[in-house]
Amino acid sequence: MQKPEELPLRRGGIISLLGALLAALAAHVPHLPVWLCAIVVALLAWRGYCAMRGAKLPGKWFLIGMTVMGTAAILVSYGPRFSRDTSVALLAFMLALKVQELRALRDASVVICLGYFLLITGFLYSQTIATALYMFALVIWLTATLAAFQDRTRSTSPFAALRVSALLVAQAVPLMIALFLLFPRVQGPIFGFPQATSAGVTGLSDTMSPGSLSSLGLSDDVAFRVHFNAAPPKPRNLYWRGPVMWDFDGRTWTIGGASTTATEGMHYQADGPPIRYAVTLEPHYMRWMFAIDLPFVAPPDTHITNDYQLLASRPIRNRIRYEISSNLAYRYGLDEKTEILQRALRLPTGYNEKTLALARELRMRASSDRELIDAVLNRFRTELFFYTLVPPELGRDSVDEFLFVTRRGFCEHYASAFVVLMRAAGIPARVVTGYQGGEMNPLGDYMIVHQADAHAWAEVWLKNEGWVRVDPTAAVSPARIQAGLFAALPADYSLPIGMRNDFPMLRQLRFSMDALANSWNQWVLGYTAERQMKLLRDAGLSTPTWQTLTVLLMTTAAAVIGMLALTILWRLRSRPRDSVGQSWRLFCRKLARRGSERAPSEGPRDFARRAAQEQPARHAQIETIAALYMKLRYAGETEKPEARRLRALVRQFR
Amino acid sequence: MIGTLRGRIAKAVLRVARPDAGSVTLTQRRIYILPTAAGLLFGATLLAMLIGCMNYNVSLGYVLTFLVSSIGVVSILHTFRNLAQLQLRAGRTVAVFAGEHALFPILLINPTRLSRKSIALRGRAGEEVYADVPDGQTASALLRIPSERRGILQLGRIRVFTLFPLGLTRAWSNVELDATCVVYPAPESGVVPLPTPSGGNADGAYSAQGSDDFAGLRKYQIGDSLRHVAWKALARGQVVLTKQFSGMAAGTLWLEWDALSADMPIEARISRLTRWVLDASHSGQTFGLRLPAAVLAPAAGAAHEEHCLTALALLEP
Repeated sequence: MQKPEELPLRRGGIISLLGALLAALAAHVPHLPVWLCAIVVALLAWRGYCAMRGAKLPGKWFLIGMTVMGTAAILVSYGPRFSRDTSVALLAFMLALKVQELRALRDASVVICLGYFLLITGFLYSQTIATALYMFALVIWLTATLAAFQDRTRSTSPFAALRVSALLVAQAVPLMIALFLLFPRVQGPIFGFPQATSAGVTGLSDTMSPGSLSSLGLSDDVAFRVHFNAAPPKPRNLYWRGPVMWDFDGRTWTIGGASTTATEGMHYQADGPPIRYAVTLEPHYMRWMFAIDLPFVAPPDTHITNDYQLLASRPIRNRIRYEISSNLAYRYGLDEKTEILQRALRLPTGYNEKTLALARELRMRASSDRELIDAVLNRFRTELFFYTLVPPELGRDSVDEFLFVTRRGFCEHYASAFVVLMRAAGIPARVVTGYQGGEMNPLGDYMIVHQADAHAWAEVWLKNEGWVRVDPTAAVSPARIQAGLFAALPADYSLPIGMRNDFPMLRQLRFSMDALANSWNQWVLGYTAERQMKLLRDAGLSTPTWQTLTVLLMTTAAAVIGMLALTILWRLRSRPRDSVGQSWRLFCRKLARRGSERAPSEGPRDFARRAAQEQPARHAQIETIAALYMKLRYAGETEKPEARRLRALVRQFR
Repeated sequence: MIGTLRGRIAKAVLRVARPDAGSVTLTQRRIYILPTAAGLLFGATLLAMLIGCMNYNVSLGYVLTFLVSSIGVVSILHTFRNLAQLQLRAGRTVAVFAGEHALFPILLINPTRLSRKSIALRGRAGEEVYADVPDGQTASALLRIPSERRGILQLGRIRVFTLFPLGLTRAWSNVELDATCVVYPAPESGVVPLPTPSGGNADGAYSAQGSDDFAGLRKYQIGDSLRHVAWKALARGQVVLTKQFSGMAAGTLWLEWDALSADMPIEARISRLTRWVLDASHSGQTFGLRLPAAVLAPAAGAAHEEHCLTALALLEP
């Protein structure tokens, strides 16, 4: 005799399961090799064909052969390092093979569990709202296949199981929310480091060469979002400090290795009240974090270097949120060490000779450092320099070519040329990269800083003043600093449409989308151990630990499950409505009041006869009601109007 | 001592010892629920998913993991609800011959407004039958129990369970309905001619005169031998008539326990008598059955056959 676990599966259920798996695999197509996608789809399609035609499933040796060859091919194509992509590829392949031996309920359970696992791996690649909705739908679908296989009488179609599944999912949501909020979070990784995938991520890097920032100028990717505790500062003060570049090789600036020491013993003076704000930073797989010039106190788990870069202890692989405060008016680095100042004067020999000559000339004409700086800025302002997103290519002596030939550049060209001029003239200087500006989202009351806001400026060291920020781009294009990139560029530049000011409706739409994305980031993606604790503190728990969290989780989950049990089991109490019986009982009560009580042993016919004799005035009514009742109850009469007539007659009966 | 204690614990914990009455309602106290193998696999998958989320800090992964776990939890409640408040009642059985399957109809009565899906019943034999019970209605499922020997076959303990909706948990209850089925002895096979009808007296002397003496016609009755039908009368267009012979009343067929050789094993004798009862009844003869404990007066027809077979089934060994 066959055990139920070994009974053949219903065909509709198999087709539905294959469909759900295909849909789950579709999310992985962009990062799986084409040949693997083709094999997996072919295997699933073959299983579908077998189900439709009742064909024989492939044998054991075919499966063993496929497993060996496929695994080898995957390992060869992904290389020896066992990465996330390798595991997803193997999972997809194994799933497609397991489907080939999908015969009985037992196999179906294995395949469906693997399917759930495949769904979750999708989130390793994308965690957008759209992905989440897609996966949510697939959970309903996959669960429906589980339900379809459990319909042992096969009385409903496999697609009707979708209703069962949707109901289950709807009832599961409250418990899911409780678990999500209160399940103690562990900050991973637990085993080994997940592979960093910085490929395709736009953002600042640790080098700056001509064209590296202007390439970001067209990206409307979000770099970070900012919540100000009070009114945000004016755009011209919004210099988001990032990597500081020290070393120049004639063409490319690099951060060098000098800026990793901490700020101990550094002196700064800050004037005025600090600005407090919270930054939600998108992962960029680098260590630096961004703060308005100039932050003085590092948030936990980060440190500030001696050139005031804010660095995380590890590369930022996940979206993080940190609270920080900055001062707009400050003075720092007055007592900078000599070797550092020496370093801020270094230039490569044999490059940009014309620029060096120009610097020497300016130095001779200027009476002070300040005057020299102004002279350079004036040169940018008054001579024919252009601010453009598409600067011409520059060759070996990039600064010479820019200053004397092309004269067209983006902020990195101006910053680089300015710092080279300063160093050549004997003023210690360095390039600071980061972002400038940002736009307020009126819908969410927060600021969005895009990759297109990437910027580079300069810092020079002046005696008695310390490090001072100078932005040569501001001299060329004041609008860039005061009103943003789009305002600074000629109208024919093809900026992403959402970033342009001349499409107000699109801009509004983009703001709404971003407000949604921001809440999503704050409450779903950025819900970390830290934020969990903050939520508990906000809820009034003074010093929450994971123990309190566990207790809270247990009690909340118990309460939620209790509520669910009440709602789900409540319907057990409901009995089918029996209006005929109700009418009859009412009739008996009415007669009892008139003195004719029905004996428990009396059937309706005998009772009605006796009651009619006892109450001759109502003789006809009693006979009619009893006859109708007997017809409805015992003669198989199920007409709704008849039942209604009985009820009306009993009501009228006095 | 330990034995009785264990028995008591089994009684208290499993509540299976006492047979239930004709109808049983599956109350909360009678329903047990445990994960199935698929449920354990599901749990293991969730654990793996959770560890994956922690390792990769995938926040949406947590959402998915918790959603799927919650679906599992909700499905437990649904599994329980699918069985709760259901009533079971045993239907009437039809007697079978030893070696055949006895069919026990089990009525599943759903007094609530909830539809019940895929309710399973399993008897001693291990075979499972499934039924849906729509709201407020009654469904019936046939449990097949193989009968091994003659006598009264008890339905015994049956298990009613369900894996609905997802098969992750199994809710079950053990029910011992008071249902029986009569099992007739297996008839002997082979060539076993009926004994010759006797005069009906105890010594079994053959009455020579009689069976040829035509005594008249009477209306045909079901069970009358076709050899005695008055074919000529029928051919003349009259109703079907049976010829009566004077010897017939005297020559009643008696199937006697004592007439069988004492060397025969008891069960073989019972088997032989069963075969004779069937043969005699099928040929429409009037016969009596004389057993050590009971005497069934000569008669014919289905009811008489049933009485005889039941007497044989219940004969003390």
